[in-house]
Amino acid sequence: MAEIENKITQLCPQAQVDTTGEFPLVTVDDAQWHDLARALKTQMHYDVLSAVVGMDWTEALGCVYYLTNTSTHELLHVKVATTDRQNPRLHSVVDLWPVANFQEREVYDFFGIVFIGHPDMRRMFLRTDWVGYPLRKDYDPASNPLRLEDETNEDYTCRWVEDENGKVKKIDGKVFEDDEYVINVGPQHPSTHGVMRYRASLDGEIVKKIDVVSGYIHRGIEKICEDLTYPQMLLYTERMDYMAAHINRHCMCMCVEKALGIEVPHRAELIRLMMDELMRLSSHLLSYGCLTMDQGATTAFFYGFRERELIYDIFDRTCGARMSMSYSCIGGVVADVHEDFIKDVRHACDVIEKNLAEYHKLFTGNVIAVNRMTGVGLLSKQDAIDYDITGPSGRASGWHCDVRKTNPYSLYNEFDFDEVVYENGDSMDRYMVRMKEMEQCIKILRQACDKLEAEGVQGEYCAPKVPKVMKLPVGHWYQQVEASRGAFGVYIESDGGTKPVRVHFQSPCFNLIGVVDLTCRDNMIADLITITASLDFVIPDIDR
Amino acid sequence: MEVKIKSMKHEDFKDNEYIDNLVEQLRAGGTNIIVGKLDQLMNWGVSNSLWPLCFGTSCCAIEFMCLGAARYDMARYGFEVARNSPRQADYIMCQGTINYRMAPALKRLYEQMAEPKYVIACGSCTVSGGPFKNSYCVVKGVDEIIPVDVYLPGCPPRPEAFFYALMQLQRKIKVQKYFGGVNRKEKLELKYDGQALQEETK
Repeated sequence: MAEIENKITQLCPQAQVDTTGEFPLVTVDDAQWHDLARALKTQMHYDVLSAVVGMDWTEALGCVYYLTNTSTHELLHVKVATTDRQNPRLHSVVDLWPVANFQEREVYDFFGIVFIGHPDMRRMFLRTDWVGYPLRKDYDPASNPLRLEDETNEDYTCRWVEDENGKVKKIDGKVFEDDEYVINVGPQHPSTHGVMRYRASLDGEIVKKIDVVSGYIHRGIEKICEDLTYPQMLLYTERMDYMAAHINRHCMCMCVEKALGIEVPHRAELIRLMMDELMRLSSHLLSYGCLTMDQGATTAFFYGFRERELIYDIFDRTCGARMSMSYSCIGGVVADVHEDFIKDVRHACDVIEKNLAEYHKLFTGNVIAVNRMTGVGLLSKQDAIDYDITGPSGRASGWHCDVRKTNPYSLYNEFDFDEVVYENGDSMDRYMVRMKEMEQCIKILRQACDKLEAEGVQGEYCAPKVPKVMKLPVGHWYQQVEASRGAFGVYIESDGGTKPVRVHFQSPCFNLIGVVDLTCRDNMIADLITITASLDFVIPDIDR
Repeated sequence: MEVKIKSMKHEDFKDNEYIDNLVEQLRAGGTNIIVGKLDQLMNWGVSNSLWPLCFGTSCCAIEFMCLGAARYDMARYGFEVARNSPRQADYIMCQGTINYRMAPALKRLYEQMAEPKYVIACGSCTVSGGPFKNSYCVVKGVDEIIPVDVYLPGCPPRPEAFFYALMQLQRKIKVQKYFGGVNRKEKLELKYDGQALQEETK
């Protein structure tokens, strides 16, 4: 910690470094921010921008940037603020971390902070005719009633640039040129896996550019959470990436437990871990089913769903619900597992393991599958790091980014499993990573079954002393877990009350849409479907 | 009086009173035997080949996919031909939250569907806004935008509940009148309008 502090003060003497929190916190003025960011990236290996959290501290607007060091996997966060509420402006870091493109657009959308140097300063989630910035504390919800007329297409964009004298001016631009042939896909389209919209500029059948229009399922979860207590907030985590419901909820629980200093019993942590892995298994099976169906192999979809029902049965018997289980709670889990739980899990593992071999036989070697996926939608390792593509999609590009290995949480230290990494970064590899990861899930589950069996049928499933009224101390916390589609992060800022000041969810799928343009460019329009299916995003997780 | 659904008994449905009242209303005044039989034939066909529009925005859509898969297998009821174009679909099962950006698109999808068309509001979000009721951009129930035939609560509802809702829709369809009833109703409306017009002119 002291080393980092020294290095940063050397790089930028004006920056204040606070090393008392869980991660080092750097506070810097906007004037020095871009230079410091460049130095952090080039000289200190902070290659990954993990999260950009827009903030409204009432007296100031700003951002908290979470950076990850790719060699040591340490996190660092930087706070940049501006006191100008009328024309808030910060310097963009898109040129350093391309992932900031969509992240900064989101902050602009919610807080109205303009990023100088950002190439495409448009709204991200809200309607083009939206009035005001909803996550600001002084936002009036009555200013935007339900409008049933169609919104206009966003054909124009703008960017703000700064000249040598420090004067900022706005330059208008166009999203597509006049002579481009643009087709629209979505928002209601069967292969977009939800309500997603792409505008694709084509040259014949070749994709030249894709403009992603998101926000058709934006529900404002972050703002809703500001009016809720911590246990109430938990249910929203399950409704973002519903294919990683347990994992997201686990993350939120861990973040609050960290802040309150609650020790979770070993058994509870073990049950949570098993549920996480079952969820991952179910998610990858769904991804297999959808990917195959998008390529016309409808039968494979039925196979995937047949096995998922086994997992749903386990959830059903233990939690009482098939989806949105609401099983983890702050301090542990809501109830102990069902008495046949271990038997059921073992049975599901056996069946799925046997059937995985069948999947490979039926689909993986199929000539259509090979031709449509091999070499299509390439994503290099450097791009994966630049765009912060974590999870199976990042590992298919050769980046070791599994949070379970890099920053082990829960009980993952005690388990023996491999991180599945492929090299090519095409659709085939992304598909294979998921298939191989299912085998690892089964491996972890079997070990967990043995451990749980050794602990007996019943045990302590929740921490005995969990405060009824939860008041987090003043400060902010960030927790990352490996969800089914990548690193999922929860940011909580508290002022000491029962409700948070700001909650931010860093969803893996949001970064995935950032590379749709990159991976689809110069491919056929028909491959758009294969590529997006292999990236495997869940739309409500993007929009939150 | 009762509307027969093959796989479920009359008393197994929970809101029979409402359907019974509806039946009574529709059958008041009797029906011409030829027209009535034609209606029956038509309703038999429509209610057993309900084609949904693929319209899923969030979690409920996954459960709907389970409905299409092997265990629940909605093909047994003739519901399985999920259409991607609204022009070929009979009903929208609106699965998942509708927000301000999506609302015009949903309305347009509904308008693009051919008559007869039905809507099932599936899941708490579409019934009332559900957990997102306090959000700044969520529609508080799809009935603000389009007329709803069956409300199906749950977050998300179980596949069995989907079947229940679909069978409720079948019951509703089985009592509707394409031929005699509708024409009479239209005439009545015209007559009423005429009267109102006359009264106004007086």
